[in-house]
Amino acid sequence: MTALLSAEWLKIRSVRSTTWCVSLTIALSVGLAYLVGLSFRTNFPDLPPDQRATFDPLFATFYSLTIGQLALVVLAVLLVTGEYSTGTIRASLTATPRRGRFYAAKAGTGTLLAAAVAMVTVLATFAAAQAGLGPHATSPRADGVPAAAAGACLYLMLIYLFATGLAALLRNAIPALGILLPLLFLGSQGLGNVPKLKTVTQYLPDQTGMVIMHIVGQANDPRFARPYGPWAGLGLTALWTAAALLAGYLAMRHRDT
Amino acid sequence: MVAGVIEVNQLTKRYRANVAVDRLSFTVKPGMVTGFVGPNGAGKTTTIRLLLGLAAPTAGQALVGGRQYASIRRPLHEVGALLDANAVHPGRSAVNHLRWLARTNGIGPARIVSTLEQVGLAGAARKRVGAFSLGMRQRLGIAAALLGDPGVLILDEPMNGLDPQGVRWIRDLMGALAAEGRAVLLSSHLMGEMELIADRLVIIGRGRLIADTTVGELISNAPTGRGATPDAPGQKATSLEDAYLRLTDEAVEHRAGGDR
Repeated sequence: MTALLSAEWLKIRSVRSTTWCVSLTIALSVGLAYLVGLSFRTNFPDLPPDQRATFDPLFATFYSLTIGQLALVVLAVLLVTGEYSTGTIRASLTATPRRGRFYAAKAGTGTLLAAAVAMVTVLATFAAAQAGLGPHATSPRADGVPAAAAGACLYLMLIYLFATGLAALLRNAIPALGILLPLLFLGSQGLGNVPKLKTVTQYLPDQTGMVIMHIVGQANDPRFARPYGPWAGLGLTALWTAAALLAGYLAMRHRDT
Repeated sequence: MVAGVIEVNQLTKRYRANVAVDRLSFTVKPGMVTGFVGPNGAGKTTTIRLLLGLAAPTAGQALVGGRQYASIRRPLHEVGALLDANAVHPGRSAVNHLRWLARTNGIGPARIVSTLEQVGLAGAARKRVGAFSLGMRQRLGIAAALLGDPGVLILDEPMNGLDPQGVRWIRDLMGALAAEGRAVLLSSHLMGEMELIADRLVIIGRGRLIADTTVGELISNAPTGRGATPDAPGQKATSLEDAYLRLTDEAVEHRAGGDR
């Protein structure tokens, strides 16, 4: 298995889209985090007193990840669908005919890549947001911050793997991104908070990960209340990911190539 | 290198209404080049995909060295395959393409260097495959097939799009590989080339076996039907191309006038 992981790792490293998507993930997350922080700092005096009292610096901190994740998801999709669009999949499966092993190696290296990118992104995003927030910043050791940062890392890994599974199921980048990008983009724009739709949309894979990152909405506001806690929410994201990975595996196992 | 045999036994592949491969049986023996020929759509590529475990047969079996391909743990050491020379990520360099393949099967870096030299790509190893000509891609595909020093080689149309030098190179290489005791299965449309390369011929049409014979037998036993030209005495009664066209005539006519 180590040999397969190292082969997949070489595939990841030897195409340009990896560098582009990783850079974009970090740049978007970090850049937007600074701007969002700055905007809160500028507008803080104009906020209503109750909102000032309950101000959560973490909301301003990790919000940008909802945009940065789009580039990460594109990478996950391209690394799977690129096998099919270029025909490399036939070389991959003649070299590793047991499809479960090939798929496990693909998902395994994806997990490592996503973990590394997530850690760098989350740490840099946290720092950039605090720089933007200035006097309203929080510290890495403050209550809830380590959990939110760890949750953000896990969320990015899970959403990467969710995209990997979906891409393996669909095999083509256009339908895969056609589902993922609107889903995740609309999610970041508050799809989970639309009153009538909320009962359903709050259970979408990205929405369930937002509680732990403190980006659902202002704390203590009943409009943004969710029927699950931070870790239970992340658990729901993990269930989505497991379902997508399983669907991708079954499709790969039973389909001719 | 471990010599192996390819055994195709009552192999059938059905896609909804279409039967791509129909109860096909033949054997490919070591030490010779077996040509695999038939009109377009005869089922050659499907048969090769079934042999390599890329598609699952509806019935029958395709064995390499007595085993199903999918059950071989490190198959590149036993079977080398070239399916489509263009099926390589254009953004990856030739050497990186061979590197990831080699890693999956525990093949060392020295073998990558010697294989690149063998196919004449040592100078272009770090170039992106997207910048390669078709001839260079065919060479890279053959390098990938030879990487594990396999006893069985399965090559689908390796001469497509090659210039005469490239065709000659493949012909000499295939002869040399067979002489080393490897089993070589080579599909092609070019009957003139097959006459020069192949020791045996497996001819299929509409997914079925039409003939499994040697080149010499095929030419001498071919029925002299309409269109046969009187040849000068002492020469062959007919060319391999004539014999092939007569044999596969029916398979082509049925398709043209029938269900496709």
